[in-house]
Amino acid sequence: MVKTPGQGGLPPVNGGAPGFGRIRLRRRAKNVGGVALSLVLTLLGLLLVTFIIGRVMPIDPVLKVVGERATQAQYDAAYQAMGLDKPLWQQFLRYMAEVLRGDFGRSISTGHPVIDDLKRVFPATFELAALGTLIGVFVGVPLGVIAAARRGGWIDQIARVVALVGYSMPIFWLGLMGLLLFYGILGWVGGPGRQGIIYDGMVPTVTGMILIDSLLASDWGAFRDAFSHIILPASLLGYFSLAYISRMTRSFMLEQLSAEYVTTARVKGLSERRVIWGHAFRNILVPLITVIALSFGGLLEGSVLTEIVFSWPGIGQYITKALLAGDMNAVLGGTVLVGTCFVLLNLISDILYRVLDPRAK
Amino acid sequence: MSDPLLSIRDLRVSFPTRSGLFQAVRGVSFDLGRERLGVVGESGSGKSMTGRAILGLVRPPGKVTAERMDLGGQSILNLPESKMRALRGARISMVMQDPKFSLNPVMTVGQQIMESYRLHSGQGGRAARDKALDMLRAVQIRDPERVFDAYPHEVSGGMGQRIMIAMMLAPDPEILIADEPTSALDVSVRNEVLRIMDKLVTERGMGLIFISHDLNLVAQFCDRVLIMYAGQVVEELAAKDLHNARHPYTQGLLNSLPRLDHQVDRLAVLQRQDSWRDQTPPLRSGA
Repeated sequence: MVKTPGQGGLPPVNGGAPGFGRIRLRRRAKNVGGVALSLVLTLLGLLLVTFIIGRVMPIDPVLKVVGERATQAQYDAAYQAMGLDKPLWQQFLRYMAEVLRGDFGRSISTGHPVIDDLKRVFPATFELAALGTLIGVFVGVPLGVIAAARRGGWIDQIARVVALVGYSMPIFWLGLMGLLLFYGILGWVGGPGRQGIIYDGMVPTVTGMILIDSLLASDWGAFRDAFSHIILPASLLGYFSLAYISRMTRSFMLEQLSAEYVTTARVKGLSERRVIWGHAFRNILVPLITVIALSFGGLLEGSVLTEIVFSWPGIGQYITKALLAGDMNAVLGGTVLVGTCFVLLNLISDILYRVLDPRAK
Repeated sequence: MSDPLLSIRDLRVSFPTRSGLFQAVRGVSFDLGRERLGVVGESGSGKSMTGRAILGLVRPPGKVTAERMDLGGQSILNLPESKMRALRGARISMVMQDPKFSLNPVMTVGQQIMESYRLHSGQGGRAARDKALDMLRAVQIRDPERVFDAYPHEVSGGMGQRIMIAMMLAPDPEILIADEPTSALDVSVRNEVLRIMDKLVTERGMGLIFISHDLNLVAQFCDRVLIMYAGQVVEELAAKDLHNARHPYTQGLLNSLPRLDHQVDRLAVLQRQDSWRDQTPPLRSGA
């Protein structure tokens, strides 16, 4: 008798192994939906806050546009054109639509649309913050791990002093001393600014990050020049994030190293290196990512002092100047951008949790 | 007993503290053959520390001294870390109390079992995988392929402890130290785990040091029992002779347990005496 489907007892149970894999995938897909929703809500909240700040600030946006000597008729026309006669919720919808189009209005201090200004200043900050964070991670994490593994040893003591100095030194002083020593006396690095004068504007702008743009254009001279300019401020920011990251890494590691599974790993006869990096370190990745993301986010805000000391045309300087000039469009545009970066960084670290920790639901 | 697997004389473990030297183990001596040796005592009696000292896992500033600590006729007392590492896992292994904490939460069960086997056997991944699946089968896990790929939080406590046993026995050690292996488990799976461990240890002719605070369990399960108090062995006797214990501490422990065979209105509370702290040598009977 030929066996036909649907005949003869129960169907085979999925080849024997139902597999955790598929269940996990489905669970993850569901999570991604939840994460996306919370992302949208957070961004909405951010826009609401910037919108309200824009409305309650005692700066008349209409006057800023039409100027002091406008007639009442001109003022009213502008007032209506900006939609300020409409109910608040309509104004908010209009604001949202504008922001989604990337229209933050015109900056009064620079005369350019805010979005164009941000496209110029944000990559400068991003480049600096990214390099600083890379330095902080690649030096700070191993330093913290080794300090925890050799608790009380000389590396631990050095790490402690390094972190203490990092916490307590004023950054502008270190920056000025760094410029004096490495630029003024030794001449090892480029001076303030992002580029030397001969390379200024020579590299076509693609990403706005000069290191990457010069690589894309295969312009090695420009790359070397940009690198010699960025390395000192980036090291400085890197030092500060290193101080923080190494301390956090050390305390996370100490907690894990006293865990039972570490004893298990030692009982197995694994080498100390394998116990530390293969077992304990993998368990601190999740909290460590949060620390790194927060530290990177902090740098993305633009460290105003560093940017001023190094004449770095970044977003910190831009927002500060705009704030002092009462240039609300620029301030709010910058705030929305920085806030969005924070939300995105949180999203990325959230996704990484799920990848790295099998227990994350 | 001829040629013990492990021979220990006058083992001492001490830690410097602010108020002077604290002695966790104060002169423990015993021989271990291919048998099941129970070590019983209350918390802080030094029984776990004895186990860790044998494995060379007492971290500085803790100090281990002994007149003798021989494994198969060779001294393992204060061996350099690299030599000790080659023994650990390969010749002496340990199962700890709670699989929830003693398994690495971010590695799959299979990875963790293969790791110790590959390290000591020098075999490749394929052979290690087969061995790991065999070991999972040996500890009576019904669906070894599935468990192999599972993470520790996805298995139950009893299964976790069986995985732990599989992992520690994979490189075929001669001695297994089981440090309260069932204390964190549900009573219903306790016996199953013990039975599996007993079977594997007996089949392989291993020596087992079973550390527990549970007198009844040890009496059922072991051949010989050491009773520890305040870092010393106060009494040593065959498990079947436990009810004939002579030391007042052992008697006190026994009297503080509820009995099935006759009514006890009020359980005795153990009255400790200072003289027990400094009584050497241990009382011996039957063993």
